[in-house]
Amino acid sequence: MSLTNEKITIMYNKMVTARLLEEMLHEMFSEHMLHGTTHLGIGQEASGIGACMTLRDGDKATLTHRNHVQCIGLGMNVKYLLAEMFGKETGTNSGLGGSMHLMDLKNGNLGANGIVGGGLGLALGAAFKMHYHKEENVVMCFLGDGATNEGLFHEALNLASIKNLPVVFFVENNHYAVSMNTSRSMKVTDIGQRANAYGIRSIILDGNDAIDVYNMTFSAVQYVREGNGPILIESKTYRVAGHSKSDVKQLYRSQEEVDAWVAKDPIKRLEEYILKNNIANSEMLKEINTRVMDEIREAVLFAQNSLDPSADILNKHIYAK
Amino acid sequence: MKEITYKEALREALSEEMIRDENVFLMGHDIGIYGGGFGVTEGLVLQFGEQRVIDTPISEAIIAGLATGAAISGLRPVIEAMFSDFVTLMMDNIVNQAAKFSFMSASQACVPLVLRMPAGCGTGAGAQHSQSLEAWMCHVPGLKVVFPSNPYEAKGLMKAAIRDNNPVIFFEHKLAYSSIGYVPEDEYVIPIGQANIMRKGNHITMVSYGHSVQKCLMAAAHLKEIGISAEIIDLRTLYPLDEATIINSVKKTGRVMIVHEAVKTGGLGGEISAILSEKAFSYLKAPILRIAGKDVPIPFSKTLEEACVPQIQDIENAAKRLMRR
Ligand SMILES: Cc1ncc(C[n+]2csc(CCOP(=O)(O)OP(=O)(O)O)c2C)c(N)n1
Ligand SMILES: [Mg+2]
Repeated sequence: MSLTNEKITIMYNKMVTARLLEEMLHEMFSEHMLHGTTHLGIGQEASGIGACMTLRDGDKATLTHRNHVQCIGLGMNVKYLLAEMFGKETGTNSGLGGSMHLMDLKNGNLGANGIVGGGLGLALGAAFKMHYHKEENVVMCFLGDGATNEGLFHEALNLASIKNLPVVFFVENNHYAVSMNTSRSMKVTDIGQRANAYGIRSIILDGNDAIDVYNMTFSAVQYVREGNGPILIESKTYRVAGHSKSDVKQLYRSQEEVDAWVAKDPIKRLEEYILKNNIANSEMLKEINTRVMDEIREAVLFAQNSLDPSADILNKHIYAK
Repeated sequence: MKEITYKEALREALSEEMIRDENVFLMGHDIGIYGGGFGVTEGLVLQFGEQRVIDTPISEAIIAGLATGAAISGLRPVIEAMFSDFVTLMMDNIVNQAAKFSFMSASQACVPLVLRMPAGCGTGAGAQHSQSLEAWMCHVPGLKVVFPSNPYEAKGLMKAAIRDNNPVIFFEHKLAYSSIGYVPEDEYVIPIGQANIMRKGNHITMVSYGHSVQKCLMAAAHLKEIGISAEIIDLRTLYPLDEATIINSVKKTGRVMIVHEAVKTGGLGGEISAILSEKAFSYLKAPILRIAGKDVPIPFSKTLEEACVPQIQDIENAAKRLMRR
């Protein structure tokens, strides 16, 4: 389906939701209001949300540790997302999972993962089931650039390729795995080349251009849906925030480098596109921002006012009945 | 003596061993300019260069593999699993290669490698970043397993681990990193295989290791106020176990509890308990107690996370129960 004005507005809304939510999370972590750690996707909103919006009912996705953007893209309600970050019983995972394990199966979200590359097997398995039952669905397997250096990535690509599994490997190349720049972690310049080694087609796109992400991912998803086997998309983008809450010094990169990418901010770029094409005026965009902010504030209150899970939940979920 | 943190103690040991032996090198994710997942290797890349403090891509399996190969070839690798949970990705090389190489080759080569393993819960990192997997490692003949509880032990055991000609799995508790303790100015090494009596007592014996030792010490201080005198054995090495120190203490007290954060089923507490019933049964005045983690994955919620592993109050309560038997 082509990108209608309505869809573009929804995409903008979701991107703003992710951004404002994460800015709020960042603040709350700095004030020690939250336990544990978190990985922010600020700067990667076009990539995660553009990709998720190409999916339809019955499709699935496996997410990474840097998953809030992807979760919003797949339609997770911020109330339950925040409640999970607060470890409350009303959270998506009843407080058992936390930031790195947000899961929402009813929206096709097979879960974020604390293990780099941990979603690969889950994605292949879910795709195998679709293949087995001849369903016209796909699995989008989100990965970071760093995950493509895990052995399992290479096993997964080969197996998906020879079995013609409907997997879209969506690699968000944000140029870093914690402190390691991709120029130090691999000799290929494009991760797409790795797919070609396994007989898989690859697409490289500008991950900070929401329209491009949507359009190119949409045709890739279509190709996979039609039974052509897996595809790999390399979405080139940048992690503007630190790797995690603990990454304060960031000695591994320069401020100039960060600034250069901030100048390519995906939300600003989409705003410009919207205004230039008369999809909405600046008043309407401002309104969206205000409404989203209100929703997030409300969600924070909801999370804070929710109860901690009680200890009897511990034994309820370890084994299936 | 000087006062330093657990983290600094580890760093000093690494640095001193690297100066002493040029075959010692470090390898892992983000151990260079980033300083390691928990800051242990901070500054070492500036001191020793990128030839010896080596950042790697996220490729745990081959890091463990390369370390094994380098070790049989005469180097002495110290590798870091950013979180001990990721040892699952290293297991083939550790269990099927490193642990068995000396044996299968009838000592044609040995495997002097150290695998550093930040372990345990309490940081809200969730089920895949909070486990205590030391019992798995003790179950594999060919591996040595250590778990220091304080800065003094961290430094002395790290030096012993690096000098040992066998693969040593070196557990470090995340909550211990910033703890402070006295460390001698002079060179010292703590031999692998020796437990330490952290506190003398004569009513009950608490056998523990790692961060749980600190909880036992606090509990023992409270118990003293109500007239219960606890002896605390800090195992320091989990394999090979210092059976004699445990047995001698139990001969004196007749009452013993084993305290660890790892889940109870299949944990070290069961092993120690079995050793005592084989070798010190007649000295026991009460059944052996295991105060251990619940058999559950570690939950994210802070209150639940705390409820899953023994806390000071649980240790005190258990000690009181033990005295009533
Ligand atoms: C198997 C495994 N190894 C290491 C880690 C620690 N870790 C968490 S995120 C991360 C970097 C991941 O890089 P990338 O895949 O590029 O994703 P990004 O963080 O850039 O989104 C590392 C090393 C982990 N969680 N799992
Ligand atoms: Mg990355």
